[in-house]
Amino acid sequence: MLAPSAIILGIFVLYPLGRAVWLGQQRCDNFGNNCVSQGFGQYLDLFRSSEFQNALGVTIRFALITAPAGVILGVGLAVLADKYLRGIGAFRAIFSSTVATSVAVASLMWLFLLQPSVGALANVGWFNSLFPSVKSPGWLQDPETALWAVSASSVWANLGFTFILVTAGLQSIPRDLHEAAAVDGAGGIRRFWSITVPMLGPTLLFVVIVSTTRAFQAYGELDLLTGGGPQPTNPTTTIPYFIYGQNSPIRNDAGLQAGAAVLLFLLLLVLSGLQLAGIGRRVHYGD
Amino acid sequence: METELTDDLTMPVPGELARAARRRRPMRTFDQPTGAGKFGRYALLCVVTFLVVFPIYTTVVAALKPGSEVLKNPLVPTTVTFDVLVEAWNEGNLGRYLFNSFVVATIVTVAQVVTSVLAAYAFAILEFPGKRIVFLVFVATLLVPAEATLVVNLDTVDSLGWLNTYRGLSVPFLATAFGIFLLRQVFLTLPRDLRDAAAIDGVGHLGFLRHVAVPLVRPTIGALALFSFLGTWNQYLWPNLVINEADMNTVQSGLRLLSRSTLSQPNLVMAGTVIAAIPIFVALFIFQRQLVRGLTAGAVKG
Repeated sequence: MLAPSAIILGIFVLYPLGRAVWLGQQRCDNFGNNCVSQGFGQYLDLFRSSEFQNALGVTIRFALITAPAGVILGVGLAVLADKYLRGIGAFRAIFSSTVATSVAVASLMWLFLLQPSVGALANVGWFNSLFPSVKSPGWLQDPETALWAVSASSVWANLGFTFILVTAGLQSIPRDLHEAAAVDGAGGIRRFWSITVPMLGPTLLFVVIVSTTRAFQAYGELDLLTGGGPQPTNPTTTIPYFIYGQNSPIRNDAGLQAGAAVLLFLLLLVLSGLQLAGIGRRVHYGD
Repeated sequence: METELTDDLTMPVPGELARAARRRRPMRTFDQPTGAGKFGRYALLCVVTFLVVFPIYTTVVAALKPGSEVLKNPLVPTTVTFDVLVEAWNEGNLGRYLFNSFVVATIVTVAQVVTSVLAAYAFAILEFPGKRIVFLVFVATLLVPAEATLVVNLDTVDSLGWLNTYRGLSVPFLATAFGIFLLRQVFLTLPRDLRDAAAIDGVGHLGFLRHVAVPLVRPTIGALALFSFLGTWNQYLWPNLVINEADMNTVQSGLRLLSRSTLSQPNLVMAGTVIAAIPIFVALFIFQRQLVRGLTAGAVKG
């Protein structure tokens, strides 16, 4: 009964991981042939290289923007819609709707929104005069704003997911808690910080972990929105884009690609360990 | 029976709970705003709705405009035509790509459900030596991001001659530790007596699985199926790596091609985007429950 899963996971998860560790210390051609061993020091060289450091920095910045923004907006929206009002179901459906967009769909929507020559915002007169930079150089084309623009697209695309999770989390908080606190004279803001936030702990932890992990795996939005650029500083080349992207300097060397992939795996491993250990201790899991 | 067994593992669907609460709500409660508060809340909800919907709105407006109109007043649907949608469908080869995506996602979904049910049952009900360790190894594969394995998987698929095939797109994903873990958790909640009684009646494991265990955990299987389907449908990097023949693209990698080839015609690209998005919007509207179950399953303690 275990065999089918074991075969697939073995051939397409465990074996490639092991082989990537082995390949990572070699230089090869782009099919992983004609490899020359460089020793495991290559991992250190790769990690220290300015290209990898840039990608690592971009990835961390991307995570530091998208994870908190996603959590704050998701909680904000969910709390806003967590009232008994006529028609609230429709608002909830709309707030969840971005969960239906794939990375390609969401990125192309934002590409059209932000594109400087044929984009929507650049061709709205008043918006253009308010923010001339949307047309020249364009928010995706300016090295200062490119990562922020990609982050906006990414946060938007994941908002539906966060909203659904936080809404479910809010509804699992017993109403008695809020009622008792309200009877004791606690206002809405006090109840939010003293009841809602602590009781949402596990959900928020989960959302933070997923958002951060996503940032470390971001590829499609960069491929479609910026191509990792603008060149030459590549302020939107995340680690996955550094490994697989069209302009990647290591695209034709399966050894270096594998090495970077292993480094990415290790980073994510450390990250989930840190998050579970650090935040996990302060999270209230109820009884 | 069905819901009882699974409810402690899944969170309530928003609508359900809201309805239940409404039925027994007191006349006026602290979380039911009235008067000015109610008005303010509606106003805020509308502003936020506008912001959330805005990218979708501009996309749809552009998709319905002819090329000459699309950059004039992009926020107002001055002209509405369905010609661009038809053109995008034809020019972007979207029918073919949607079909490819559907085939691949269906293969992966069916296979993931079957392999997960089998493995989860083994881990939950059967006893065999080394079970704990084997289970740990399975769960550990959850820690390996796809991005770390694709370099080698591309090589494997290439040497099998599976580039540009459905096999290449689907075989690496026919099993998932997420599904195994999820289903194991619900199988563990099945009363042991059920299996014992079936065993006394001479029902084998596969029979028990088919006639008793699977029907009892159907809601969770539904969530897993939706999740697998969505995950496969939305894959972006892998199809880009294994597909370079135009006809074999999935809808995601096909959208990329469309956007690269016709960037100067934004209405065409947006029409393609709308076409690509519609099936999933419809599917999620139908399968809301499974979606919420699937998404929250990972977040629940336990």
